[in-house]
Amino acid sequence: MVAMNVVVCVKQIPDPAAPQSLEPGSHTLDRSGKLILDDSDAYGVEMALQLAEQAGGGEVTLVSMAPNGETSGLRTALAMGAAKAILISDEALKGSDALGTAKVLAAAIKRAEPDLIIAATESSDGYTGTTPVQIAELLGLPSITFAKSVAIDGSTVKVDRQTEAGYDEVTAPLPAVVTVTAGVVEPRYPSFKGIMAAKSKPVDTLGVADLGLDAGAVGAAGGRQEITAVNDAEARAAGEIVVDEGDGAQRIAAFLEQLKLI
Amino acid sequence: MAIAKIWVVAEPADGGLTTTTLELLTEARSLASTVEAVTWGTTDVSTLAGDYGATTVHSVGDIGDALPGAPVAAAIAAAIAAGQGPDAILIPTSYDGRDIAGRLSARADLPVLTNITGLDGGDALSTQHPVFGGTQIVNARFTDQGPGIFVIRAKSFTPEPSGGAPAALATLAVPDLGATNSASVAARHVEERSGPKLDEAQVVVSGGRGLGEAANYSMIEELAKLLNGAAGASRAIVDAGWVPYSHQVGQTGKTVKPTVYLACGISGATQHMVGMKGSKNIVAINKDADAPIFTIADLGIVGDVHKVLPALIEALKSR
Repeated sequence: MVAMNVVVCVKQIPDPAAPQSLEPGSHTLDRSGKLILDDSDAYGVEMALQLAEQAGGGEVTLVSMAPNGETSGLRTALAMGAAKAILISDEALKGSDALGTAKVLAAAIKRAEPDLIIAATESSDGYTGTTPVQIAELLGLPSITFAKSVAIDGSTVKVDRQTEAGYDEVTAPLPAVVTVTAGVVEPRYPSFKGIMAAKSKPVDTLGVADLGLDAGAVGAAGGRQEITAVNDAEARAAGEIVVDEGDGAQRIAAFLEQLKLI
Repeated sequence: MAIAKIWVVAEPADGGLTTTTLELLTEARSLASTVEAVTWGTTDVSTLAGDYGATTVHSVGDIGDALPGAPVAAAIAAAIAAGQGPDAILIPTSYDGRDIAGRLSARADLPVLTNITGLDGGDALSTQHPVFGGTQIVNARFTDQGPGIFVIRAKSFTPEPSGGAPAALATLAVPDLGATNSASVAARHVEERSGPKLDEAQVVVSGGRGLGEAANYSMIEELAKLLNGAAGASRAIVDAGWVPYSHQVGQTGKTVKPTVYLACGISGATQHMVGMKGSKNIVAINKDADAPIFTIADLGIVGDVHKVLPALIEALKSR
């Protein structure tokens, strides 16, 4: 079998367990605090590692766009077994929208010349959900999104793709972009050996100029969109909260009966 | 004042169009002078689309085993490049809708706004998006020449026929697609489903981490069946592999607005609440009195799901 090179797009996001806030002025997400590997991307990294292993070897390269030269999320994924990372970090990228991000990632991915590109269906912080497909179009590649299972057969990728009615079996010739849903595989825990090895795995840091991109096409200006207001949503008041004293089920049944559902 | 023309990407389903498509056609009527639909496949949807206000249906025709993303996006991009495009494009948030939106954005070099739950009209459209679990609403808009690409969540609008005449049918030419169209569907599987679809059910019974283990999800399914409802799940148990992604309710899953949503062992993470906050009635069972789900529950039972659910199932069976 021919070794297969896989690129995984990973995002380093503000820790969801910490309070989130918007920057005054632009109202974009404040990314100045601690950034960690998006949970959604653990599935992509694991899938890539498994596919590379099944193909008899090959490299998993991480590609990530992050502010301030952030690498902590990359080290987590490198500790899982990825071979190296390409990080694009540049002041000019602040406030980038999905298309701008896709242009940056596509330019970086092109340098890696992968057989397969894997990403999550959407990030946990921005959840625009279009970046991987935008990358596919920019690179002139096929894409299969919402993969429940992924297998490589020679130079073809075979995916079970989620649909409204169930799932479709979809195939595409490599190279291709595949996005994976959560729970599609169980991500491995990095071993101590993996964590130590990750410290010295190469992280190639690039700026906008290195990728030959026009600064006007990326960042906030390239996004061509703005947030005009942020307001509290209408709060939904709570009703009756009671402690179950053996009567909880009856209370629910009575509630359903009153709604004429039973 | 309204904008001149909106194109709604009309997703075919079951011999007609998806409910979200009908929601978007309805909303588009109040925002633009002219509403047209863009679709694919072999079914003639001109009567249905016309009934919801579209005056023309542009179709790329039979795409065979291809996925719609590449051909539909390229056809729309070509129309825009030829000066025959609309002022705004509304796309449903669906598996294929998102593919079309992403490829169109890249091909036509136009930005895209997604996760939209509301639109405001005028000379240009502005959008509403829930953020931070739906506790805040962000308003946004495009700042440059359009057309704007707007991807809208299900159940953001109520579908209503306008009683319009059948739409005219037009062919939308698909340019050369190269390798972007090389994915193909080898087989289609319809999941056997007893009971209503999750996003259409009047009753949704949903389970979360509080169930303890995958085997206990059977209580959720049993209760859903007894109530002629659908079974849903929090992202936590989908991530854990207890149930498939198709059951997920939340920011990155389905949006549901049933008459009753029963949240069992679900803490109410903000991203889950976005998907079910619009339910008419919410019942929650959780052993933690401080669980955020209780801040939006109409009836909250602070108790052990392992006790309350079996008792509720028994009570319903014996009626």
